[in-house]
Amino acid sequence: MDDIRSGLSEVECDVLIIGGGTAGPMAAYKARKKNPDATVILLEKANVKRSGAISMGMDGLNNAVIPGHSTPEQYTKEITIANDGICDQAAVYKYAQNCYGIIQELDQFGIRFQKDENGEYDVKKVHHMGAYVLPMPNGETVKKALYRQLRRMRVLISNRFMATRLLTGKSGRAAGAIAVNTRSGEFLVIKAKAVIMCMGAAGRLGLPTSGYLFGTYENAANSGEGYAMAYHAGAKLANLECFQINPLIKDYNGPACAYVAGPFGGYTANSQNERFIECDYWSGQMMQEFYNELTSGKGPVYLKLNHLHEDTANHIEQILHTVERPTRGRFHDGRGTRYARDMIEMHISEIGFCSGHSASGVYVDEFARTTIPGLYAAGDMASVPHNYMLGAFTNGAVAGEDAIDFAAQVDFEDYDGEAIAAEQERVLAPTRREDGIPPNQIEYKIRRLVNDYLQPPKVTKKYEICQSRLAEVREDMQNAMIARDAHELMRATEVASILDCADMAAFASLFRQESRWGLYHWRVDHPERNEEQWKCHVLLSKQDGAMACEKHPIQPYIIPIADDEKDAYYNQRIQAQA
Amino acid sequence: MPLANTATSVPVVVDEDKCIADKGCTVCVDVCPLDVLRISDLTGKAYMKYDECWYCMPCEADCPTGAVTVNIPYLLK
Repeated sequence: MDDIRSGLSEVECDVLIIGGGTAGPMAAYKARKKNPDATVILLEKANVKRSGAISMGMDGLNNAVIPGHSTPEQYTKEITIANDGICDQAAVYKYAQNCYGIIQELDQFGIRFQKDENGEYDVKKVHHMGAYVLPMPNGETVKKALYRQLRRMRVLISNRFMATRLLTGKSGRAAGAIAVNTRSGEFLVIKAKAVIMCMGAAGRLGLPTSGYLFGTYENAANSGEGYAMAYHAGAKLANLECFQINPLIKDYNGPACAYVAGPFGGYTANSQNERFIECDYWSGQMMQEFYNELTSGKGPVYLKLNHLHEDTANHIEQILHTVERPTRGRFHDGRGTRYARDMIEMHISEIGFCSGHSASGVYVDEFARTTIPGLYAAGDMASVPHNYMLGAFTNGAVAGEDAIDFAAQVDFEDYDGEAIAAEQERVLAPTRREDGIPPNQIEYKIRRLVNDYLQPPKVTKKYEICQSRLAEVREDMQNAMIARDAHELMRATEVASILDCADMAAFASLFRQESRWGLYHWRVDHPERNEEQWKCHVLLSKQDGAMACEKHPIQPYIIPIADDEKDAYYNQRIQAQA
Repeated sequence: MPLANTATSVPVVVDEDKCIADKGCTVCVDVCPLDVLRISDLTGKAYMKYDECWYCMPCEADCPTGAVTVNIPYLLK
C-alpha cells in the first residue's frame, strides 16, 4: 500500500456525488429513490462508513423546525437576523419547510429524537429568539444508519478516491470529475450528467492554538477541496469573508456544546463566574462578545456547569463524552477536570470556511444549484447560512432530487481530453522530484501565515502582506513540494486547496470594505457596518484566470424583518445591573 | 533541501496481543478518516504510520477485539 502506481480508468454515471459525510449520502439516497434506474456514484476521500463531520455521530439537531414549537417563517427570520441580513431567504425558508419531513425520514432510518412524557418532541431553546434544538439519544449511530440506507438503495460507493478537479464541457456545463486514489496515486475519471459537491468545510485553514496541524475544530479531512474545485471550475462563491470561528474547549478544540449544556442551565462565563452573553447560539455577533471578554481583564472564558446539581453535570458529561467528539472525556481525565466541580477553559477556534455555522460557501439557490449548470452543492460547503447537520441532510436531499431530474434531461457533456493529462501532471508533480519540501511544512507555513495575518481583527496592510507571503509559498509549492508515497500525495493535493482557500479568504475580506457579522468580518480600518453600500452578497470567482469579486443583490425578503428586529443579535451583552 | 527523520509520539496505540490484523482484519485501517493506520509488514499488526490524528475514535469504536486505544495527541493534551 501507498506505493505510487500509474493508472487511469474511466467510468460513467448519471449523478456523481463527491463526499460521503452528511449531505452526500442523503443526496445519493434521494437520487436513487427518485429514479431507481439511474446510476449514482458516491465518491469519498476516506470511507463512507466513518467520514465527515459526523464521523462519530451527533448529540442533536441544532436547527429543527418542528410544528408546534416553531414555524418556517420564524426560523427564516431568526437566521436572516443572525446572519446580519445577508441572506437569500428562499433557500432558508425551503429548508425550514422541508426539514421536518427529513426528521421523520431519519426516524425511520432508526435515528431517535428525544420526546417528552407526552410523546412530543422535546425541543430546547438555545437561539436568541426561537426554539430549535432537539437531542438525539442514539446520535452515535447516525453514520451506521445512513450506511444501511446506501446499501439498501444500491448506491455505488468508491472509497479512498479524492476528487481533485471538476470537468466542464464546452458549453460550461458540469461533465464530471477527476479523482486520484489516496493509496496508489491511480487516477479515475468519472463522466457524469450532474455532479453534487458535498465536500464539507475548509477546516484546515487556520492553525489551532495547539500547533497540531490535525487538531482542528472541523474533521481534519475537510481541507477545502470543494471550495477550491468550485473556484477552478468557474463557479461563484459567496461571502467567503464571513469566516467560521467557533467557541471551543481550549486545546482540545472540540465544541464546548452550549447547545447540549444550555438547556440544563450551563452557560459561558468569564473568570469572575459571571455570565456575559444572553445567548450561547453561535453567531458572529456572539463571537465578538466572546472575543471581547477573552481579551479583557475578565478573561479567559469558561464553560460553567459547576453550579448545577452533580447528577445534572454528570449527565451532560455522559452525553458529551459519547458522541461527536467522544475523546473529550479522555482530554478532561488527562487534565483532571470534571464538569461538576470545575469551570472548563474555553477559547476561540482557528478560522475556516463553513456555511454550516456561518455563511461562507459555494453560491447556491433553493434547489442547491450552483452557478454552473449541472453542478450542485450541499452541506457545509454550500452557501445556505447556519445550516448545521440537518441542513446538510435536507439540502442534500434537495440536491439529489433535483440533480437526478436534470440528469434525465441531458446527455453526457464532452470535456476537453487535454484537461485530464494536465491535471494528472499537476497532481503528480510532487512525485517527480528527488528532494524538496514535504507537504506538512508547506501546510504549516500557510496556516501559520493565516493565523498571523488573516485571523480577525482584520487589518488591511496585514492582509496585503499575507497575500505576498502566500504568493511566495505558492512558488515553493509549485516548484519544490515533494511527495514520496500516495499518502503524502494526498496531503500535497490538499495543501493546494488550503492555499487556494487562504488566498480566497484574503481576497474576499479585502473587497468588503465594512465590518459585518461581528468577529467574522471585523475590519479594524473599516469598523462600521455600511448598510447602504454593503447590504449585498460578495461573490468571488475566477475571471480570466484570476480572482475577482463582485457585489450581488440579496433576493427580496419573503419574510420581512422589522427595523427594531434586525439588530437583535447585536444586543447580546448582558447589561450591568444598576 | 534534504529531508530529516524527526521523531514524533503518536496518539493511537494498538495492543498487539489483541490485534487480529495478521488474520486478515483491516477494520481500523478502513474506517480512519485521515487514513493514518497501516498493517506492519514486520509484525502483521496494525499501527499508526502517520501522525495526523483527529482523535475521533472510529478505529477504537469499530475494532472487533478492543485492541485500539486513541489517546490525546501530546501537543494538545
